[in-house]
Amino acid sequence: MIIVTVEDQKGRIQQLEIPEDIDLNLMETLKTFQYPMRATCGGMGLCADCHCRVIQGDNLLPEQLDQEIMTLEAVPESDYDSRLSCQIKVGRAISGLSIKLLGPAE
Amino acid sequence: MEKIVTDICIIGAGPVGLFAVFEAGLLKMRCHLVDVLPQVGGQLSEIYPQKPIYDIPGFPVINAQELVDGLMEQIKPFNPTFSLGQRVDELEKLEDGSFIVKTFEDTEVHSKVVVIAGGLGCFEPRKPAIENLEQFEGKGVSYMVRNPELYRDKKLVLAGGGDSALDWTIFLADIASEVTLVHRGDSFRGAPDSAEKVVELAQQGRINLVLQSNITAISGNGRLKNVLVVDKNREQQTIAADYLIPLFGLTPKLGPIADWGLNIDKSAIEVNTIDYSTNIEGVFAIGDINTYPGKLKLILCGFHEAALMAQSAFKFVYPDLKLSFKYTTVYGVNTF
Ligand SMILES: Cc1cc2nc3c(=O)[nH]c(=O)nc-3n(C[C@H](O)[C@H](O)[C@H](O)COP(=O)(O)OP(=O)(O)OC[C@H]3O[C@@H](n4cnc5c(N)ncnc54)[C@H](O)[C@@H]3O)c2cc1C
Ligand code: FES
Repeated sequence: MIIVTVEDQKGRIQQLEIPEDIDLNLMETLKTFQYPMRATCGGMGLCADCHCRVIQGDNLLPEQLDQEIMTLEAVPESDYDSRLSCQIKVGRAISGLSIKLLGPAE
Repeated sequence: MEKIVTDICIIGAGPVGLFAVFEAGLLKMRCHLVDVLPQVGGQLSEIYPQKPIYDIPGFPVINAQELVDGLMEQIKPFNPTFSLGQRVDELEKLEDGSFIVKTFEDTEVHSKVVVIAGGLGCFEPRKPAIENLEQFEGKGVSYMVRNPELYRDKKLVLAGGGDSALDWTIFLADIASEVTLVHRGDSFRGAPDSAEKVVELAQQGRINLVLQSNITAISGNGRLKNVLVVDKNREQQTIAADYLIPLFGLTPKLGPIADWGLNIDKSAIEVNTIDYSTNIEGVFAIGDINTYPGKLKLILCGFHEAALMAQSAFKFVYPDLKLSFKYTTVYGVNTF
């Protein structure tokens, strides 16, 4: 089981238990848990709808690629702990991650 | 005020709005399109112009901008007219059943049918979270550069790290008396040429480059006067400014469409799948903006919806004529 803690746009905090064989990125995974995520670009790292803040577990995440950095640079409220959840592959490596969702809820 | 009279007013010039011109044209209905963006193509030209699309029938792969260009060529014979860079704010139904569509910029389109092809909504500038920002809109704060001459010999602060922030910094450096670019990052990922040029201008002392910093507050007496910038180490500095131009790109917002009396479910317009008509007679909604059981937000689906919409719209434009369905292969594309 992969454990990810999520605070949604309304401040509700939930601990998700994600099966290890899931073959999705974090944005898609959040959608399967019924989080309303607009995800205009469908996960290409272009729209920033899946913008989130990493509260804990920054060290568990892969390095940002240029596309993610470029998109986040264009988001006024992004900060040093910002990530695009569609650019994070869900796997055992990210268990223990804690994030806060910042993008629009559909 | 500009007044336009046409058969169909299409709100949104994305791929679906553009293809609707073709379907309407086959049935001899004229179209006028309005879009808030300065260019046609909707999400394709604004978000992913250079990305390949693989699910357009007949094109194993086509670039988004190529598809938009192809659509423009395909509808050319029907002479559509455009109001670009204009946001539709109001939709009014007249007693005779026709419509007036009004834009923020004071254009009025009078038509027999309105087709809303508004996608995910109006593309609007992303605004930084500065408390009293909106208070200074039009009084020193603006989100795009419409007329560069406005900034001649003025003090400007630009914010952002993307291509448009870089390009405008370079352009305005020759016009304004003082240009400051504030950027959250410590480098730029945009076009390398522009990034280099901005760094060069800063080294020559022709612009001020404030990196690893955010704008946290603005102030002034009715008009913008000062911009407060805080860096990574929480050090503050106040920059005197006549204008602040935050350039953080665009994002779609449903916007005015929500206030037109249409049935809306989760930011989309409910339609009847027989012809994609809405709850207001004579108003249709096609493409990403509509919702119905089984809806898929795909270009392909929007094209289908446009074809069915046109068959029904015909009855509003030519109430006394009978419509018989024809293939383009039989009669070709008859222009007007
Ligand atoms: C990165 C990305 C990849 C995609 N890949 C594919 C793919 O491979 N295949 C596929 O089929 N689809 C894909 N899509 C989805 C596809 O782009 C949309 O389905 C399509 O753009 C919908 O077209 P549309 O004309 O309905 O709306 P849009 O393209 O969103 O255009 C709507 C236009 O209406 C304008 N507008 C809205 N309200 C107003 C108003 N009040 N006044 C003035 N103008 C207004 C907007 O500014 C906009 O320009 C992708 C989308 C993205 C973002
Ligand atoms: S879904 Fe668009 S950037 Fe992640």
